[in-house]
Amino acid sequence: MVPTAGTLLRKIWDAHTVRRLPNGQTQLYVGLHLIHEVTTPQAFDMLAAEGWPVRAPHRTFATVDHILPTDGQSRPFTDLMAETMTTALEKNCRTHGIPLFDVSSGVQGIVHVIGPELGLTQPGMTIACGDSHTSTHGAFGALAFGIGTSQVRDVLASQCVALSPLQVRRIEVEGPLSPGVFAKDVILAIIRRLGVNGGTGFAYEYAGSTLDAMSMDERMTICNMSIEGGARMGYVNPDATTVAYLKGRRFAPEGPSFQEAADRWLAMASDEGASYDDRVSFAAGEIAPTVTWGTHPGQSVAVDELLPDPRSIEGPERLSVEAALAFMQLKAGGAIAGQRVNVAFIGSCTNGRLSDLREAAAIVKGHKVARHVRALVVPGSQQVRSAAEREGIDQVFLEAGFEWRGAGCSMCLAMNPDRLHGDELCASSSNRNFRGRQGSPTGRTVLMSPAMVAAAAVAGEVVDVRRFSR
Amino acid sequence: MSEDSVVERVAGRVVVLRGADVDTDRIMPARFLKAVTFEGLEQHLFADDRAANRARGDVHPLDEAAAGGAKILLVNSNFGCGSSREHAPQALFRWGFRAIVAESFAEIFAGNSLTIGLVCVTVPADVMATLMQDAGVKVLTIDLRAQTLAVPGVALWPITLPEASRMAWLSGEWDATALLLADYDEVAKVDARLPYLRTTSRNA
Ligand code: SF4
Repeated sequence: MVPTAGTLLRKIWDAHTVRRLPNGQTQLYVGLHLIHEVTTPQAFDMLAAEGWPVRAPHRTFATVDHILPTDGQSRPFTDLMAETMTTALEKNCRTHGIPLFDVSSGVQGIVHVIGPELGLTQPGMTIACGDSHTSTHGAFGALAFGIGTSQVRDVLASQCVALSPLQVRRIEVEGPLSPGVFAKDVILAIIRRLGVNGGTGFAYEYAGSTLDAMSMDERMTICNMSIEGGARMGYVNPDATTVAYLKGRRFAPEGPSFQEAADRWLAMASDEGASYDDRVSFAAGEIAPTVTWGTHPGQSVAVDELLPDPRSIEGPERLSVEAALAFMQLKAGGAIAGQRVNVAFIGSCTNGRLSDLREAAAIVKGHKVARHVRALVVPGSQQVRSAAEREGIDQVFLEAGFEWRGAGCSMCLAMNPDRLHGDELCASSSNRNFRGRQGSPTGRTVLMSPAMVAAAAVAGEVVDVRRFSR
Repeated sequence: MSEDSVVERVAGRVVVLRGADVDTDRIMPARFLKAVTFEGLEQHLFADDRAANRARGDVHPLDEAAAGGAKILLVNSNFGCGSSREHAPQALFRWGFRAIVAESFAEIFAGNSLTIGLVCVTVPADVMATLMQDAGVKVLTIDLRAQTLAVPGVALWPITLPEASRMAWLSGEWDATALLLADYDEVAKVDARLPYLRTTSRNA
C-alpha cells in the first residue's frame, strides 16, 4: 500500500477497512483485541448463545485488573464476586485459546499499561478493548478505541467493528514545560479549554515540540485522557522515541524484521501538509500545575488560581458549577490549595507507570505522609512494581508511610476493597472525578499529577508541588 | 436481521432528568458491575442519585409514580460520558426506556445504545428547555422516518440523529454482528494485506 498524503488516522483507517456498510459506517478490521474481566463475561455468553467461535484468538489478549484486590492476591479472593468474575475470564480464555496474563504470569497489570509494556501495542494498528481508556494506546500512533460489551462480542466473533467516520483535530503544544508541570497538567489544561464533550466526533492528534520531547509514558498519559475530552481516540505520530521504546519488547518484531517494522511504523505518521478538520494550539509555558475542583475532568484550575464563582457565569453552566462546588464542599471564588486531604492515591492507567512513581518518589523522599492521610501507591503492572523495587522506590514510599500494593486499577474505580469512605477527599493521580467514582457516593476526588499527589500526601492538603524542592 | 427489528417510532410516557454531563458512573455505579450477566441491572439505575434524593427527603424523577412504564428519557447535554460500560444503556433499556432524547450524547454511549436497541436522538437546547419546562409534556412520540418529536396533536419539533443510526433503525440492521460476519472473504483480504499480523515475535 502506498500511503497518500494524509493523516495517520486516514492511513490506518484505510488499511483496515473491510467495506462500507449499508448505513454508511465502516467495517474496520481490529488488529489487536485486549480484554479484561469486567466487560467480557456477557460478551462470551452472547457468543456461546449463537454458537460462534472466537475468530482470532491469537490477536486477543486478556488480563485481570479492575476487580482484583491489590493487597492479598492469593486465591480464592475473599470477595466472592471478584473470584467468580476472574474464574469466568480464566474459563473463557481456556475454552477459546486466548492468552491470559494473570497474577501468576509476572506481567499482569492494567490492560493499558501492559499492552505497551509487552510490545503488543504497535504503531499502525487498530486496537479495541471494552474500556474507554483504550485511547491510551494511541500514544504509539495506533487507532485505539473503547467499545461496549456487545461490540466486544462483535470483535470476538468477527475481528471487526462497525465505526462511524471521525474527524481529526490537531492539538499542537509548543515549548518546554515549566518545572513542576507534567503531562497530566497538559491534558487537564487541554480538556479545560476544549471541554469534556469538545472531542465528540473527533480523534485528537497531539503534536508540537512539547509532545516531540515527551517520553512514551508521558504521551500515554496525554492520550489516556482523550476520552475525558469526549474524543474516542487520541494519538501521537510515531517517531524515534516510539521505535526505541518498542525495541526488545516481548511481542515486538526481532532482528531484521524489527527494522522493517520500524520503517513501516514511521511511514504511518501524518504527512507534512495533511489536512485537518480543526487545529488548536497551546503554549506549554502557560500551563501550571493543575487540579480539578469539580465533578468532571474539565472542571479544573491552576493550583494557585481561585475557584470559579457561579454568580459570574451565565446560562446552564452556572447550575453545573454550583452543583459541583456544593458536592465538593468548596467555596465559590475560594482557593483549592489548602483543602484538607484524607486520601492520596498514586496509580491507574493514566499515571501508574514507572516514570510516574519516580516523579512521586522524588517528592516524597525524606518526608512523611501527614498523620491524617491514608496514602497508597498501586503500580500499574507487576513489571512496573518490580522495576520500582529494583530502584528502591518502594522503600521511599514505605518509609514515608505509603502503602505499597500489587498491580491493578484499585481506587481508580473502587471495584476492589480500596475505596473512599463518606465524604473523604482524595488527591488522585487517576482520570475521573465523577461523583461516586472512588467508591463512596459522597467521596470527593481531586485529580492531579502523581508529583502533586505526593506533595498533597506529605502536606496533608492540596499544595503547589513547586513549593517542594527536589 | 428481520423485518420485526425495524424501529420506526417510539411513543410513550416521559421522564425528565436535568443536568449536563451525566456520566455512566452515575447511571450505573461501578460496584454493580460485579456480575457476569446484565440481568437485574435496572434495579441499580442511578442508585446513588436516588439514594441521595431519599436521604434529602425528596423523590428522584425515576421514583415518581408517573415514571412507571415510561419509555422516553429526556436529558441535557453530553449524556453518558465517561466509562464505556454497556451496563449503563443496558440498565436504562431493562428499566423500560426505548429512547433517550438529549441535547447531545457521548459517543461510546450512543454507540452502545444502538447495538442494544435503545434509540438516541437529539434536539437543540432551546427545544429541550421547552420540553423540560412544560409540565404538560407527559407523552411524546418519536418518528424516526419523519425525524420528528411530537406531543401528539399539540406540537412538533425536528430531531437529529446520525444518518447511520437512522438507517440502522429503519432497516432493522442495528445489531451489527450479522453484517460484520457476512462476506468474510473481504475480511480475509484485509488480514492478508496487513503485514503486522504476520510479524513473528519471541513469545507470540
Ligand atoms: S485504571 Fe481506572 S481508568 Fe484505567 S482501566 Fe483501570 S479502572 Fe479504567
